[in-house]
Amino acid sequence: MTAPRLGELFNGYLDPERPHAGAYDEMFTAESGVRSAYKALYESIAPSQVSDLTARAEALGRAFVDQGITFSLSGQERPFPLDLIPRVLTASEWTRLERGIVQRVRAMEMFLADIYGDAQIIRDGVLPRRLITSCEHFHREAAGINPPNGVRIHVSGVDLVRDEQGTFRVLEDNLRCPSGVSYVMENRRTMARVFPDLFARHRVRAVGDYAVHLLRALRNAAAANAADPNVVVLTPGLANSAYFEHSLLARQMGVELVEGRDLFCRDNLVYLRTTEGERQVDVIYRRIDDDFLDPVHLRPDSVLGIAGLINAARAGNVVIANAVGNGVADDKLVYTYMPEILQYYLDEKPLLPNVDTFRCWLPDERAHVFDELDQLVVKPVEGSGGYGIVFGPDATPKELNSLRKRIRNNPRGWIAQPVVQLSTVPTKVGDKLVPRHVDLRPFAVNDGNFIFVLPGGLTRVALPEGSLIVNSSQGGGSKDTWVLAPKSSTVERELAEPGLAGPAAPSAMDALAAEQGPELTSSQQQQQQQQ
Amino acid sequence: MLARNAESLYWIGRYVERADDTARILDVSVHQLLEDATVDPDRASRQLLNVLGITPPKDAQFDVWSLTELVAYEKDNPASIVASVNSARENTRGAREVVSSEMWECLNAMWNAVAERQRYARTMGPHAFFSFVEERAAMFAGLADSTMSRDDGWRFLVLGRSVERVDMIVRLLLARVGDKASSPGWVTVLRSAGAHDTYLRTYRGALDAGRVVQFLLLDRLFPRSVFHALRQAEACLEQLDHQPSVRVGARAEALRLLGRARSDLEFLKPHDLLEDLPKRLGALQKTVRDVGDAVSKQYFHSAPWVAWTNAEVV
Repeated sequence: MTAPRLGELFNGYLDPERPHAGAYDEMFTAESGVRSAYKALYESIAPSQVSDLTARAEALGRAFVDQGITFSLSGQERPFPLDLIPRVLTASEWTRLERGIVQRVRAMEMFLADIYGDAQIIRDGVLPRRLITSCEHFHREAAGINPPNGVRIHVSGVDLVRDEQGTFRVLEDNLRCPSGVSYVMENRRTMARVFPDLFARHRVRAVGDYAVHLLRALRNAAAANAADPNVVVLTPGLANSAYFEHSLLARQMGVELVEGRDLFCRDNLVYLRTTEGERQVDVIYRRIDDDFLDPVHLRPDSVLGIAGLINAARAGNVVIANAVGNGVADDKLVYTYMPEILQYYLDEKPLLPNVDTFRCWLPDERAHVFDELDQLVVKPVEGSGGYGIVFGPDATPKELNSLRKRIRNNPRGWIAQPVVQLSTVPTKVGDKLVPRHVDLRPFAVNDGNFIFVLPGGLTRVALPEGSLIVNSSQGGGSKDTWVLAPKSSTVERELAEPGLAGPAAPSAMDALAAEQGPELTSSQQQQQQQQ
Repeated sequence: MLARNAESLYWIGRYVERADDTARILDVSVHQLLEDATVDPDRASRQLLNVLGITPPKDAQFDVWSLTELVAYEKDNPASIVASVNSARENTRGAREVVSSEMWECLNAMWNAVAERQRYARTMGPHAFFSFVEERAAMFAGLADSTMSRDDGWRFLVLGRSVERVDMIVRLLLARVGDKASSPGWVTVLRSAGAHDTYLRTYRGALDAGRVVQFLLLDRLFPRSVFHALRQAEACLEQLDHQPSVRVGARAEALRLLGRARSDLEFLKPHDLLEDLPKRLGALQKTVRDVGDAVSKQYFHSAPWVAWTNAEVV
C-alpha cells in the first residue's frame, strides 16, 4: 500500500508502519480524508514551506525565552516547548466535554462535603470505609471545616484522553492544585503573534479571561463578613517548577503573590507582613501541597507553610482554596468508583466514561491483572508526573516479576489499565509534521453559583516517537488548544462585543490629525544648502 | 505593599544601577588604558579593583582583557556586571507581580543575551558589551518611568537606584583622589558619569579638578550628582513614611542619615571641597551602607525561615 499524498510536509504521515498506527488521528481519517475540524487548518498549513514553519517555530521559541515562560526541571529553568500546530476541537465536541466536566465537579463537591461531614455515602454502604481511610490524602484534620460558600474545588483540571474510537475518556481528576493554565493563556498569546493568518481563518474562543473567573470564584469564597476580601496566591517560592504560573495568576488577578514566610497567624487570624504593618488575609489560593500547609497540624518540618492556618480556617477566618483534603476525591482508586458516586449523589450516568481500570486491592481483579500483566499499564495510585508507571508490553519479565511483588505487598497502591492508544495530532519534529500522542487538561473554576470551564485547556504532547507519556517532566511539550465557536451563535458574544461608542455613526470616533512641530520649508532648506 | 516585594524592588534598583555604572566606569578605564601608553596597566587595574571593592586574585598580572574578564564577565565575583545582571533578574523574577511585564522582559532578554554578547565582545572588544549593558539599563529606566504607578513600589525602586548612584559616584571619585588637579584623568571621570557634555555646557570647557568634583558632588540639577541622588532618596523616604513627625525632625534613622549627608553637602563652601575630599568620600560611603541597613530594618521586616521541630498541639 502506498501512502496517500497529503502534501510535502505531511510526507509519510499516515505510514501504516508507524508505531501505534491504531490510534485515532485527529486531523486525518483512516482513509486519509481531513476531518472537518481541521479542514481550514490543513488548507493553510499544507502548502507552506518548511523554512517558513521553521522560522515561525524559532520566533515562538524566542518569544517564550524572552518572556521567561518557563518551568523548572530539577532546578533548571526551561522554556516549555510549544508545538506550532494547534489542536482543534469543534463546538459540539466541546459542549459534550463541558457538560461531562461540570457533572464530575458537581458530584465531587458533594462527595467531599459528605466525606468531611457525616460520611453518609459510607453509612449507606455505597463505598467501603477503608477505601477512604486508607487514602493517603484523606486528612482528618480537615473534617468539620465548612467553607463559607460550600465550595472546596475552586479549581480543577480533569485529564482527558481520546481512545482508538475517538471517544473522550477521563484518565484522572486533579482537584488539589492542578497546574498548567498559565501555559494555556501564554500559548494562545504567543501563537496569535506568530501565526496571525491562522487566527484570521478560524473563530477561536478566547482563553485570556481565565483570571477574571478565578478571582471571582476566590472572592465569592470569602466569609460573608469580608466586605472587600483580601485574596493572596501562596507559592512555595522561586525554585518551584510552576513558579511562573503562580506569578502570572497573581499578576493577572492583581493580588499579592506570597510565600509562607510573608504570612503569620495570630488569634486564628492570618496576616500579611507589609511595609505598612499587618494586613488581614481572607482567601488564600494556595499552590502548596496539603502536607506543607501548616506545621502545627500537618508536616512539622515544613518551612513553606503558616503555623496555625488550619485552625484559622476552622474558625472561619480564612478560606483555603482549594480546600485541604481534596486529594481523597482524586485518588486513582476512588476514581474507579466514580460511576457509583455519580449515581449516589446526582442519580446520573457519567457523561464522560472512565478508562477501564482494574483495582489491585480486589482479589479477583488482582488475579486478572497478574494474568495479563504484560498487556496492561500499571500505575501507582499516588503517582503524578508520570513517575512509577510500568507499561506491561515494554517491560522485561524480570521487571514484571518485581512489579508483581510490589503489588502483592501493597495492593491498595496500584491500579492497572489496558494500554490506551492516545489520539495523535500532527506535530513539527525536525522538518516534518508527524503524528504524536496528546492528552487534554481542561480547567474548571467553581465560584459557588456556576462552574466555568475554560474553552480550551492544556494539550500536552509526547514528543519522542511512539511515547505515550505526555508529562512535561518526561520530555513532553504542549499545543495551543482551539475550541471553535459555533457557526451561528447568539450566546457566544465574547467574539463580537459592540464597542463603547456603540453602533452609532463612526464619525463619533473621528479624532483630530496628529500635531507637528515647526519645520523648515523647502526654500529655507535650499538656502541653507546653497551657502 | 508586601515587605518582600519592597525589598526586591529596592535591590532591582540597586543592581541595575550598579551594572550600568560599573559598565560606564570600566568602559572609560579600559579605553584610557588602550589610548594612553604612559599608564601602567597592572597598577591602574589594581587601583580600579580597589575602588570597586573587588579583591584581586593573588599574583595576577592585569591587562585590559583580564580586567574586563574579572570585572565584567566573572560570575563568581559578586561585584561584576554579569553578577549584578543575574541578581537584578532573579529579584525581578521573584517580584513579577509588582513590576510590569515590559520591565521583566527587558531584564530577562538582557540576561538571556549576556552569554552571546560576551562571546561577541571577547573577539570584537569590550566596548560592545558595555554599551549593551548601558542601553539595557537605560531601557529599563525608561520602561519603569512609563509603566510603573508612582506608588510605594516605584519609591523603593528609585530609592535603591539613588542610593546605589551615590555609592558608585563616590567610588568613581575615590579612584581619582590621588591625581593632580590638572590631570587629564578628570575628563574620564566626567565621561564615566555621562556628565561630560553637561559639564562643558555648564563651565564652558574650563576643566579642573575642583570644578569636576563640585559638579559631581554638589550640582543641584545634574541627575547623576551625589547631591541630586541624595535628595531623591530622601524624597522617596519622606513619601514612604506615612506618619511623618513634623515637629521634631526625622524620626526614622534612614531619613536622618540621608538628610544629614545631604545638608552637609548643601551648605558646604565650594572652596573647602577639595581639602578633605578623601575623608568626605569615605563618610559618604559609610552613610550609604548605614542607610541600607536602616531601610532594611524599617521596611523589609525580613522574616527568617522558621523550621518547626516536634510541634505539638497542647
